[in-house]
Amino acid sequence: MNETAVQERIVSSFRATRGRRRTANIVFFIAVTFCAFTVLLPLFSILSHLLTQGLRSINVDFLIRLPKPVGEPGGGMANAIVGSLILLCIAVLVGVPIGLGAGIYMSEYASSRFASMVRFVTDVMNGIPSIVYGMFAYAVFVLPMRSFSALSGGAALGIMMVPIVTRTTEEFVGAVPQSLREAGLALGAPKWRVTLDIVLTSAMSGIVTGIMVALARVAGETAPLLFTAFGNHFWHSSLTEPIAALPLQIFAYAISPFDDWHRQAWAGALVLISIIFVVNLFANRYAIRQSHASHVKR
Amino acid sequence: MSNGSVRVRIEAAPKEAPAKTDDVKIQVRDLCYFYGKHRALDGITMDIKTKRVTALIGPSGCGKSTYLKVFNRMSDLVPGGRVDGKVLIDGRDIHDRETDVVELRRKVGMVFQRSTPFPKSIFDNVAYGLRILGVRDMSTLKQVVEKCLRRAALWDEVKDNLSKSALQLSGGQQQRLCIARAIAVGPDVILMDEPCSALDPTATARIEELILELKSEYTIIIVTHNMQQAARVSDETGFLFMGKLIEFGPTEKIFTAPNNPMTESYITGRFG
Repeated sequence: MNETAVQERIVSSFRATRGRRRTANIVFFIAVTFCAFTVLLPLFSILSHLLTQGLRSINVDFLIRLPKPVGEPGGGMANAIVGSLILLCIAVLVGVPIGLGAGIYMSEYASSRFASMVRFVTDVMNGIPSIVYGMFAYAVFVLPMRSFSALSGGAALGIMMVPIVTRTTEEFVGAVPQSLREAGLALGAPKWRVTLDIVLTSAMSGIVTGIMVALARVAGETAPLLFTAFGNHFWHSSLTEPIAALPLQIFAYAISPFDDWHRQAWAGALVLISIIFVVNLFANRYAIRQSHASHVKR
Repeated sequence: MSNGSVRVRIEAAPKEAPAKTDDVKIQVRDLCYFYGKHRALDGITMDIKTKRVTALIGPSGCGKSTYLKVFNRMSDLVPGGRVDGKVLIDGRDIHDRETDVVELRRKVGMVFQRSTPFPKSIFDNVAYGLRILGVRDMSTLKQVVEKCLRRAALWDEVKDNLSKSALQLSGGQQQRLCIARAIAVGPDVILMDEPCSALDPTATARIEELILELKSEYTIIIVTHNMQQAARVSDETGFLFMGKLIEFGPTEKIFTAPNNPMTESYITGRFG
C-alpha cells in the first residue's frame, strides 16, 4: 500500500465516524448538564420551599414575641433569635482566640513535625460528629456546673469552630511573604510585634473569611446544643441558665403535632438561614475589599 | 530603651562635623559564616568607611547577601547559621553578648530587594520603627515622617495622601518608602540588598540619585548585580567570589585597573 492510499483510508474512516462522534459529543454534554442540574435541584427546592413556607409564616409577632403556651396560636421566637445570637457570640469568644493562636503558633513557631501533627488533629476534629461535641460539653461544662447553660452551649459551638479557624489562620499566615517579616525585624521589631502588626494584618482578610465560614457552620448546629444550651421557652435571665436557640426551637416545633408550630418552625428556619446568609455575605464583601486593597499594583 | 533617648537622637539631626574622608565605620575581621557545614563566607576582612557608599559585587551565590545580613544580624534568623570572626561597628563588636540586637538594627537599617511595604498607610509605614521604639507623641511622629519622606524624595508625591495604603504606590515609590522607613529610626548605616533589581530604569535612576544624596549622612553598603550601578554610585567596591573577598578598593581602581585577573574577568562579563 502506498502512502496516498493510507491517507485516503484515514480520511474516509474519519468521515465515516463523523456522525458517531457528533452523537457522542451531544450525549456526553447532556449527561453532564443533567448531573449539574441534579446538584442544583435539591438546593433550589429546599430554598424555594423554605422561602414560600417561611415567608407565609413569618410576621412581626414572630420576631418580637415569646412562644405562647401549648395549644394557643400566635407568639414568636424572639427569645430563640436572641439566644442564638448570644450563643454565637460566646462561640466566637471561645473559638476564635484559641483557633487564631493555634494557627499562628503552627505557622510561625512550630517545627514542621509538630505542625503536621496539629494539622492532622484539626482534620480529625473537623470530622467528629457534632453530637459528640455536645456530649463532651455536657461532661466538661454542664455536669460540673450542675446546670444547662448558655455558656456550655456557646463553648460547645466554639470548640467546633476551633479546627476551621486554626486551619485557615495557619494557611493565610503561612502565605504572607517572608520578606515582610524580615523587613519588620530589620526595623528592630521583636517577633511578636511583627507577627501581630504585620503578618496578621496581611493575612486578615483570609482569617476573617475563615472565622465567618466557621460561624456559619456552627450557627445551624442543633446536636451540640441539645444537652448544653437545652432550650428555654422564656427569656434567659443569665448566661448560666438554659437558653433558647433557633435550631432547638425549630426541632421542637417541627416534631410537634400542631400546625401553628409547624408554621413557626418554617419561619424559624428562614430566620436562621438569613442569619447565616448575612454572615457569609459580610465575609465575602470583607474578603473582596481587603484583597483589592492589598493587590492593587503589586 | 527609654522614650527620652530616642527623641534626643532624632532631634539631633544635623550631625557633628562632616566626617573626614577616611574614618572607618565598620571593621570586618576574618569573618566566616557557616550554613551547617557549608562555608558561605570565608575569612573576609575589610574596612568600610564612614559616609561612603560601598558596593558588593559578585556572581549569584557568592555570599553577598549573606554578608550584608551579618551587619544587622539578620543572619541570626537563619536556622543552622553560625558566625565566626569579628564585625566592629564604631569599634564595638556586634556579636558581643552586650549588644542589643534591637539597638543594632536601629543603627543599621536595611532595604530589601523587593519592596516590602507593610499593609498599612504610608504614614504608619514610616512611623512603624519609631512606634516600635516607643515614640507615641504624634507631633514628633509627624515631624519625622515628613523629614524622612522628604529625604527619600517621596514627600511631594504622597504628602496629600499620607493615609493611603502603601500597597497602592508604584514599585519605585514603594522602594523609596522603604528607604524612608529605614531612615526614620535614625540609623548610621543603611544596607541595601539589590534595591533596584525589581525596578524599571527611571525608578532605578531615582533610587541611585537618592543613594548619592543619602551618602552625606549615612554609611551605605549596597549589594548589586548591576556593574554600571556599582560604578555609578559607589566609592569603594568589594568583589566576592565563593564566599571570599577577592578584591576590595576604590571603585575607580576596581573598574579600571583591578589587581586580580578574576575581578577583571567578572567585571568585563567573562563569567558570573
